[in-house]
Amino acid sequence: MKNTLITVTKVLIAAGLIILVFFASGALYIVDETKQAVITQFGKPIGDSVTEAGLKIKLPFIQDAHYFEKRLLDWDGDPNQIPTKDKKYIWVDTTARWRIVDALKFLQSVGNEIGAQSRLDDIINSATRDAVTSHLLVEAVRNTNRILERKQEGEDVIVSEEALERIDVGREQLTRTILEKAKPLSPRYGIEIVDVRIKRINYVDDVREKVYDRMIAERKRAAEKYRSEGEGKSAEIEGQVAKELKLITSEAYRQAQGIVGKADAEAIGIYASAYNQEPEFYSFLKTLETYRQTIDNKSTIILTTDSEYYKYLKELK
Amino acid sequence: MMNWKDVKPDDIIDMGRKKIGDGWGRIILVVITVFLLVNLKELIYSIGPDEVGVVQRFGRYIRLSEPGLHVKIPFGVEKVTPIKVEKILKEEFGAASLRSIGRSGYSTRQHLEESLMLTGDLNILDVRWIVQYKIKDPVAFLFNTRNQMDNIRDISEVVMRRFVGDYSVDEVLTTKREEIDDFAQQEMQKILDYYKIGIQIVTVKLLDVNPPEKVKPAFNEVNEAKQEKEKLINQAWEAYNKVIPRARGEAEKVIREAEGYRLDKVNRAKGESERFLATLSEYKKVPEITRKRLYLETLMEILPKAKEKYVIDPRQSSILPLLNIREGGLTQ
Repeated sequence: MKNTLITVTKVLIAAGLIILVFFASGALYIVDETKQAVITQFGKPIGDSVTEAGLKIKLPFIQDAHYFEKRLLDWDGDPNQIPTKDKKYIWVDTTARWRIVDALKFLQSVGNEIGAQSRLDDIINSATRDAVTSHLLVEAVRNTNRILERKQEGEDVIVSEEALERIDVGREQLTRTILEKAKPLSPRYGIEIVDVRIKRINYVDDVREKVYDRMIAERKRAAEKYRSEGEGKSAEIEGQVAKELKLITSEAYRQAQGIVGKADAEAIGIYASAYNQEPEFYSFLKTLETYRQTIDNKSTIILTTDSEYYKYLKELK
Repeated sequence: MMNWKDVKPDDIIDMGRKKIGDGWGRIILVVITVFLLVNLKELIYSIGPDEVGVVQRFGRYIRLSEPGLHVKIPFGVEKVTPIKVEKILKEEFGAASLRSIGRSGYSTRQHLEESLMLTGDLNILDVRWIVQYKIKDPVAFLFNTRNQMDNIRDISEVVMRRFVGDYSVDEVLTTKREEIDDFAQQEMQKILDYYKIGIQIVTVKLLDVNPPEKVKPAFNEVNEAKQEKEKLINQAWEAYNKVIPRARGEAEKVIREAEGYRLDKVNRAKGESERFLATLSEYKKVPEITRKRLYLETLMEILPKAKEKYVIDPRQSSILPLLNIREGGLTQ
């Protein structure tokens, strides 16, 4: 039993040492999942690039393994100042995604990532420039025409006229154009440009200031509009108050007059129907009443001897 | 075989020595044990409860490892990378995110660059937002893209700017924020899935959205003007509600008064004519007598009242012989 233990240990150690020797001499090499490798012999590439991960064998000493990224890589260029078709100067910051699809070609053409980045700078920047200069600013900023639909719906949108242009090409399509221009130029470097995106678009400084001024002017105009709408509506309501007031009072007056008039007529009718039965008697009564009412302690009465009052004073029949 | 009773301590030591072997055997065993103890972490690894371990052997992915304590083949043969798969991580965008403060050389100008963007009406807004995400596929996350953080940050900016670029200033400021959040999340997910980055976007949310400093006062002016408009209109309606109902009340009153007048007038007429008709019917029975009676009654009433009374003989043609009948009797 003890012999077995010793033997096993000795074998393990021996094996370990052998593997170490292999590694040290370069006969074995490891390719990580994130990497691919190209084997060169005396500096000259041998065979296809190795893309499968794992433990690999090569000839020691005379063969070298060069590793390259297998993953999706990013390219982020410096922002460029580019004029649009309508002469607006803007900062355009694009970003791209690429990968090494043919490590052999990659090694032979650009050699390493630094070389690749500089090639990509050229390819992508020029594709971007071409695309931007041949399109309007609106086409680079907007993607759809939804903002026009908003305005048509009559929503409270404060928009400057130039922004309202209908576009056929939008941001997404512009981006695709850049990609389409750039993509065919990279395979010769063993590179595939997977995606190009516009990360940022900004105005250059003096254009930005002008835009601020325009924004301020637009807002001020809108504020004026609201204020005058308020005043207008307020005056309108005031007018309505006056009108309705007049209507109510005049209508009431009219009705009241009508009632009074009818009442007077009715009363006259009632009197007439009574007094007309015996008009003379009525006037007699009325005259008597007049005497009663008009004669007071300042009046003077003159009677003749013929008056009824004296009838029985003159003679008694 | 062994006679344990006869064994002496020395014998045991000798036996032990023989068992282990001498010199090389002993040294090798000791060395190996020490080596393994020192490099324990080459042999043993642990995966936390919210993690998953991605195991590679000689660089090649072989399996995922569950949480807990595990053994692996040491010395560069097996490599385990723990990845947090349940944790929700957050990235902030726009000025003054924690990340950018920590980074050296990140100037204010660059802050501005990150947060200022163009809107659909070609205006400028200062936009801040956050993205929350978690790793949904650790293998993809580890092996498909380099610079995973840059991918998240870049694509988030790409997408947010694209959507803000389709909406007007007012929509981004107020009404359409949630819509933009939703669209941005969907689009980000789409692009990142295309890159096979193995991440799930949990939330995209707009935080502060402001007009640039220089323009803010003008924006505030619009809000104030809107409020002023409301106020003016409300005041006008208030005045209306004060005046009109009262006027209506007054109108009612006028009409009621007229009707009151009518009632009065008609009733009086009725009363007086009834009185007349009563007198008339009396009169009709004995007209002459009634007339005389009425006449004399009247005189009875009025003569005392009058100050001076004169009786004249109509047949006398010249200056009247007067008979003064005054109150208080004859004076001669």
